[in-house]
Amino acid sequence: MDYSIKIGGEAGQGIVTIGDTLAKVFSRKGYHVFTHQDYESRVRGGHNFFQIRLSDIPVMASRDKIDILVAFDKAGIQLHEKELTGSGIVIYDSSALKETHDKPNFLDIPFANLALERGGDKIMANTVAIGAVLGMLGVDMDILFEIIGDTFKKKGEDVIKGNKDSATAGKEYAMTHCARCSFSPAPQSGPKMLINGSEAIALGAIASGCKFYSAYPMTPSTGIMNYIAGKEKEYGIIVEQAEDEIAAINMALGASFAGVRAMTGSAGGGFALMVEGLSLAAMTETPVVIALGQRPAPATGLPTRTEQGDLSFALYTSHGEFPRIVFAPGTPEQAFYLTNKAFDLAEKYQIPAIVIFDQYLADTQWTYEGLDLERIRYTDYRLRGEALQKLPEYKRYVFTESGVSPLAVPGDSKHLVVADSDEHDEDGHLIEDAETRVKMMDKRLFKKLPLIVSEIEPPVLYGSSSPETVIVGWGSNYGLMKEAVDILSKEKSIAMLHFSEVYPFPHPPLNPLPSREGRQTVPSPLAGEGQGEGGFMSTLCNAKTAICIENNATGQFARLMRAETGYEFKNRINRYDGRPFLLEELVGKIKGIIG
Amino acid sequence: MPTIEDYKGQTPAWCPGCGDFGILTAFKQAVVEMGMEPHQFTIVSGIGQAGKFPHYLKCNTFNGLHGRTLPVATGIRLSNHVMPVIAVAGDGDCYGEGGNHFIHAVRRNINIKLFVHDNQIYGLTKGQASPTSMEGMVTKTQPFGVFSEQLNPVALAIALDCSFVARSFAGDTKHLKGMIKEAMTHKGFSLVDIFQPCVTFNKINTFEWYKKRVYQIEPEYNPEDRVEAFKRALEWGDRIPIGVIYRNHRPILEERVPVIAEKPLVRQGFDKSKLEKTLKEFY
Repeated sequence: MDYSIKIGGEAGQGIVTIGDTLAKVFSRKGYHVFTHQDYESRVRGGHNFFQIRLSDIPVMASRDKIDILVAFDKAGIQLHEKELTGSGIVIYDSSALKETHDKPNFLDIPFANLALERGGDKIMANTVAIGAVLGMLGVDMDILFEIIGDTFKKKGEDVIKGNKDSATAGKEYAMTHCARCSFSPAPQSGPKMLINGSEAIALGAIASGCKFYSAYPMTPSTGIMNYIAGKEKEYGIIVEQAEDEIAAINMALGASFAGVRAMTGSAGGGFALMVEGLSLAAMTETPVVIALGQRPAPATGLPTRTEQGDLSFALYTSHGEFPRIVFAPGTPEQAFYLTNKAFDLAEKYQIPAIVIFDQYLADTQWTYEGLDLERIRYTDYRLRGEALQKLPEYKRYVFTESGVSPLAVPGDSKHLVVADSDEHDEDGHLIEDAETRVKMMDKRLFKKLPLIVSEIEPPVLYGSSSPETVIVGWGSNYGLMKEAVDILSKEKSIAMLHFSEVYPFPHPPLNPLPSREGRQTVPSPLAGEGQGEGGFMSTLCNAKTAICIENNATGQFARLMRAETGYEFKNRINRYDGRPFLLEELVGKIKGIIG
Repeated sequence: MPTIEDYKGQTPAWCPGCGDFGILTAFKQAVVEMGMEPHQFTIVSGIGQAGKFPHYLKCNTFNGLHGRTLPVATGIRLSNHVMPVIAVAGDGDCYGEGGNHFIHAVRRNINIKLFVHDNQIYGLTKGQASPTSMEGMVTKTQPFGVFSEQLNPVALAIALDCSFVARSFAGDTKHLKGMIKEAMTHKGFSLVDIFQPCVTFNKINTFEWYKKRVYQIEPEYNPEDRVEAFKRALEWGDRIPIGVIYRNHRPILEERVPVIAEKPLVRQGFDKSKLEKTLKEFY
């Protein structure tokens, strides 16, 4: 089974609430769920939709065909009727839309009237719609009733009963009137976790011991701030809404200097303002994690839509040369673990770490059996309390073999902690001499870099172990690419290489690292399991066709690959209209290249 | 007890005769008299001649970027609100590049002490107009004289209901030391705008110029009267008041953040045990 449901309507009509509720019902019922949202930059009106896919096997992308369309506005029908499968059905309320469709695949359900008659209030029309969808699918109401109970606990018994009755009315109406409904979802057992990308990044931060989050609201990063703010008290976290993104990153750096793990987040436009702070983090060797949510730009662009257009920006922006980490999770699960890894490495090496995502990943919900807390890294690398007090002397930027100097907490001991944005000596005081400058650059850059690179995991290889075709991508295209491989594997020798730890670039054996003496080959631990002796580069080079798939116009990852390895993609699939790929579309485009 | 010697830092690279020396002297005397040890507080500074201030002392230091002293200080203070946090900035630094941060730090009323070295000129970049330069001042980059109205930091701070607003003069270290001590003991965001003659680039607002004009506010003045304070803030010209111009007792941010009601954030550690429960909320 593999069903897709689309709920379309104007902003403010409750589309997201309906979608979230249905997704929760399905995931608690044990189905694998994938949802994605498409919305305009407005609070009321326009046309938005929420798409849910449910299956008895893992799903990780939206399909371009839908089985049930719930239309709350005329645009919903005009835009999406053509997406219906042969047995697909539209449900709508003709009295609300003020139009009637006499086609066999349209089911007119009086959402508002049923809500008024059975629930006692027209406001419950959306609950009628939820009940109707569950009725069409033949899914029990027990979970929905639980959710209604939880949601309206504070509003009292009458509201709970009204909503339950409305849901039942919708279900009964659909079951009686939907002659064509032949959905038969296989029963599942055991609830699944339902989580989106924003929540996963926020949760990863909390699980890493993040104590301070400062940001200025900006789509698609605001979800992270909202989630962490909801956990402030429980976990002892301060969330400060800054006056601008410049303040946001500087506050985070202040908090980190003071001895707590700190994070900030924004979209590309806000990150642009943070750039001088990124450089400050590097020079002062102050750990910080930055969540960078991409949306179509330049400038304000398409504020609520998706793009992978800021990769080069994240990799190269800032004045000066210094090491940084850029992780691009492909799924909420990767977002959780990689945010944690970003915190760990940022503090271990005292560098900025960027978690780059996009609106698509932020808003897509995935189901999992669970997340493994055993995999969470937590080491407090800071020097504090007694350990610090016992030291005979302390210099913030003391030269060490690894380039990493102990990071002390100011105020915890007699030792002074001096950080400086000017070039400085071991004590942290500003200098002008050339010799110290070079030693400090070597410490920050060349000594740390090989150690950081040794922490970077190679890309995930999925599919054939000696593929004729390799599709390569990064970030949020993971699910789409993986499902495309599943579909195409039936007739082709194909595999996916997905990069989530994009920078420093995973070190293939043939790729020398920059060093003081020029580019030097450093023994690599990263041959990569199951990727043969030559690692992912040999998989790529041995393939007949390699295709780089990105949600941007110019192929920024392909350029990174060429810069880091010399490999040049002959085939690219790029989408840059602000929308994510859909599964069938992507499969079609791959077939167009490989035949 | 700490001594002045304990605060001896790097050798200042300021011009001989710079007003900053007076501020350095007054500051050292103030903290020594208050019995503060160098490791007990943090100074955050920006860029400009004032930004070098903490290097010429001994203390915990974050010498950050131009204009960004207050956000960094805010992050430090929220993370460790038992440690005094002092922000040192110049007029261009604080009122120009960092103007937005100044407004919002005052609004938050976080208990940070802000000492602005206000020389009404850009020193480090060699003599351009600053936000507090007087209208008409001719510089290399303003050959027709400054067109913009001079920014009045004291009036701006009072308009924002800043918790403590004082003005002092680097040429009167005794007065300045007193203002620093009052600011340090006041509970709430505190601004001390310090006239600091730039002997190299500001040929108008010289030591003599200030000396002739500044007068100490009379002891019977009530700094808690906001309207009177605003009147004093607008005095400029032949007579310019120095002293505590405005003060209120608004609650400070640190006392309103429930998370740090019991102990500072930096001492709270991390309790992983709640994570299982949080994960369950996603089912």
